[in-house]
Amino acid sequence: MELIRSGAGSAGPGRQRPDSAPLLRAIGITKMFGSFTANDTIDLTIRPGEIHALLGENGAGKSTLVKILYGSLQPTDGSIEWKGRPVGISSPSAARKLGIGMVFQHFSLFEALTVVENIALALSDRKSRSALSREIETISAEYGLPLNPNSVIADLSVGERQRVEIVRCLLQNPELIIMDEPTSVLTPQEADDLFLTLDKLTARGCAVLYISHRLEEVKRICHHATILRHGKVVAECDPQKETAARLATMMVGAEVRSLTADIPPPQNARTRLAVQDLSLPKPHPFAVALHAISFEVKAGEVMAIAGIAGNGQGELFDALSGERLSDGAATVVIDGKACGGLGVTARRKLGAAFVPEERMGHGAVPRMKLSDNALLTRHATGDHLLRGGVINPEASRQLAERISRSFDVRKGAPDPEAGSLSGGNLQKFVVGREIDRQPGVLVVSQPTWGVDAGAAAIIRQALIDLARSGSAILVISQDLDEVLEIADHVAVISKGHLSPSRPTSGLTREEIGLLMGGVGEPTMTGRGAVHAG
Amino acid sequence: MTALMLEGILLTIITAATPLLFASIGELVTERSGVLNLGVEGMMAMGAVIGFAVAHTTGNVALGVVGAILAGMAMAALFGVVTLIFVANQVASGLALTLFGLGLSGLIGDAFVGVPGAGLARVSIPVLSDLPVIGLLFRLDPLTYLAIAITIGVSWFLFRMRGGLILRAVGDSHTSAHALGYSVIRVRFMAVLFGGACSGLAGAYLSLVYTPQWTQAMTAGRGWIALALVVFGTWLPRRVLVGALLFGGVSILQLHAQALGVGVPSQFLSALPYLTTIVVLVIISRNRALVRANTPAALGQSFVPDR
Repeated sequence: MELIRSGAGSAGPGRQRPDSAPLLRAIGITKMFGSFTANDTIDLTIRPGEIHALLGENGAGKSTLVKILYGSLQPTDGSIEWKGRPVGISSPSAARKLGIGMVFQHFSLFEALTVVENIALALSDRKSRSALSREIETISAEYGLPLNPNSVIADLSVGERQRVEIVRCLLQNPELIIMDEPTSVLTPQEADDLFLTLDKLTARGCAVLYISHRLEEVKRICHHATILRHGKVVAECDPQKETAARLATMMVGAEVRSLTADIPPPQNARTRLAVQDLSLPKPHPFAVALHAISFEVKAGEVMAIAGIAGNGQGELFDALSGERLSDGAATVVIDGKACGGLGVTARRKLGAAFVPEERMGHGAVPRMKLSDNALLTRHATGDHLLRGGVINPEASRQLAERISRSFDVRKGAPDPEAGSLSGGNLQKFVVGREIDRQPGVLVVSQPTWGVDAGAAAIIRQALIDLARSGSAILVISQDLDEVLEIADHVAVISKGHLSPSRPTSGLTREEIGLLMGGVGEPTMTGRGAVHAG
Repeated sequence: MTALMLEGILLTIITAATPLLFASIGELVTERSGVLNLGVEGMMAMGAVIGFAVAHTTGNVALGVVGAILAGMAMAALFGVVTLIFVANQVASGLALTLFGLGLSGLIGDAFVGVPGAGLARVSIPVLSDLPVIGLLFRLDPLTYLAIAITIGVSWFLFRMRGGLILRAVGDSHTSAHALGYSVIRVRFMAVLFGGACSGLAGAYLSLVYTPQWTQAMTAGRGWIALALVVFGTWLPRRVLVGALLFGGVSILQLHAQALGVGVPSQFLSALPYLTTIVVLVIISRNRALVRANTPAALGQSFVPDR
């Protein structure tokens, strides 16, 4: 296998910040929400052709600053210069006219429309649909972002949706692209492809404002970094001259604790979650069918299922949680009880707990309070949240409070609506809600998607601790660092087939990454050929 | 059964279907933009009475049709101001619009009860109208041709034109549409106005063509059937057309069955159009993927742009 690549394209050590006139300068940007200062006199200079990292924890003010630069929010004070001229960016379309494009973290796509329709809506010039489809295909081939222009967004995975956002942005020929956590859902190979894309863009003089929690990645590709904390710029530096630990310390303002998994998983423990020969047809034409999936997770261990977005992870999660029932009862066995035909609540009563990938809408109801959301998954499992069928609001409030305390959920009100929390904080809440129960079996999908380094460490440590206390944990993740950090065994899902599981000790990122890309199987996308080149 | 009788039945089916088609295509456009207007019945009633009144006073049926369109649009504009600008609840406002329209039309129409109407002459297309049986399709009144043209036009607009794409985008996610810089309120207001115009036409058809006279509450629940047909047709114009013909067909055929004296209780026969609609609705709804793909996700949700 001579397919392993050394780093991403030209992303070698000698990255120099271009020494040209600024493309964009933000001077003294301040944004107040009531009495809360989200941005406090921020200065930022972006030069053409550079990848500029914007670092900071959740709530440090990155999103607010980015929204101001993209015209979705107006600053309370401060000014913006574009190519040396002062400009007011009154709306996103004004930003796009200047040449500022944005790839959103929370995607702004229309679910019921196709890829090409979504892209047509963002472009001001009226091309014919077929001409635009061809252009999308050209761009997606050129930048290694495979897409079918006629797919409906609702049927696409998170990773594929992000590709749509990126292609949509590229088609507007921007001079500055703002990317909010672009690699959080990509495999290492996909991320490498993205870095090649970014290199191509910067070679043409396009600048990138790059928001990420992944410090190694920032060190690898970024020319310059601006670090925010509590709405202020606390440092500017060349990320290649800093260690990841120092960058993290600047972001958090304290040392980030590293994970401890010293205790090895117990030997000869009993199997708590077993899946035997699970096959399910596609629920809709664009979904993935599951083919004879078998694996087991023992008490005390963390097993991970890695794979590129859209290879059957969602379908497998639904079959495990009971959102979709399977024909044979014995296909899913929780603590010795065959439950392929049991629904979600029945499986919860057996001691299982589930955290889906989409926290908003699937994991939590945005318009309901945290206490009500806590009740929704915990009502049947012995927390005394109900008395004779009547809700006990005090009990669920206390439960929500306990979860918020132990997982450091930062919220503006004592019991706010779930939708008012930032993505990272809501993620801490939905994961914490299930871990707090001390479930015997926990199935969790993308546990730390869009969560900052400090919070991700808290969640991962809690998962390991739960496993070592005797639970069986299944993590479905596309984040290989996470998989290698917390899992004892890993299997790879590809086109609805699951590979045999292997111990993670001794595995490298590249080995799993190649399995994820389906190398060794006939592929339709020709990714193997790309990687060989 | 003679060919003449068959032609007669077909003709009555088409005339029964046309007002349903007008009203449901208009509501389809409104709902595709994300607005649920339950006031169709009220807008139809106003269209019927104003259409009849204008045609009677001026003696010009075409002017009556224009009056009916304007009346429907005026009612829709009222609804639009209340729900889109003052962000009132769409369901409550729509119900109020129906009650208001029925009441006001009764008041205006009081002077016209029992007055014979003018009616609208049919238009024959040469050669084609002489064909046996299907020839009658080319001997219809102008409003029926208009209804078919609007159906085709709406289908083309929604799925082939940029304006239609924007309309569907607004109905799918108003926040995303707003983020891209589209004016959600303006798009929705225009869709609501179009729905009002179509409901006005449906009313005009009733009072000027179907039964050329005015009687109070002559819409007889057709506005509600039109609302059901939009869901039944999964927000697709061609399915709404089929639904309108099916409902019109069954309601006419059951009348004939009653006249022929089949051994079935007449109450059951009268319920048949509704039963058929429900059964077909259930069958269509089994294809979840299709329903999901076409249901406007933001239907009935109010939009308030932030900051």
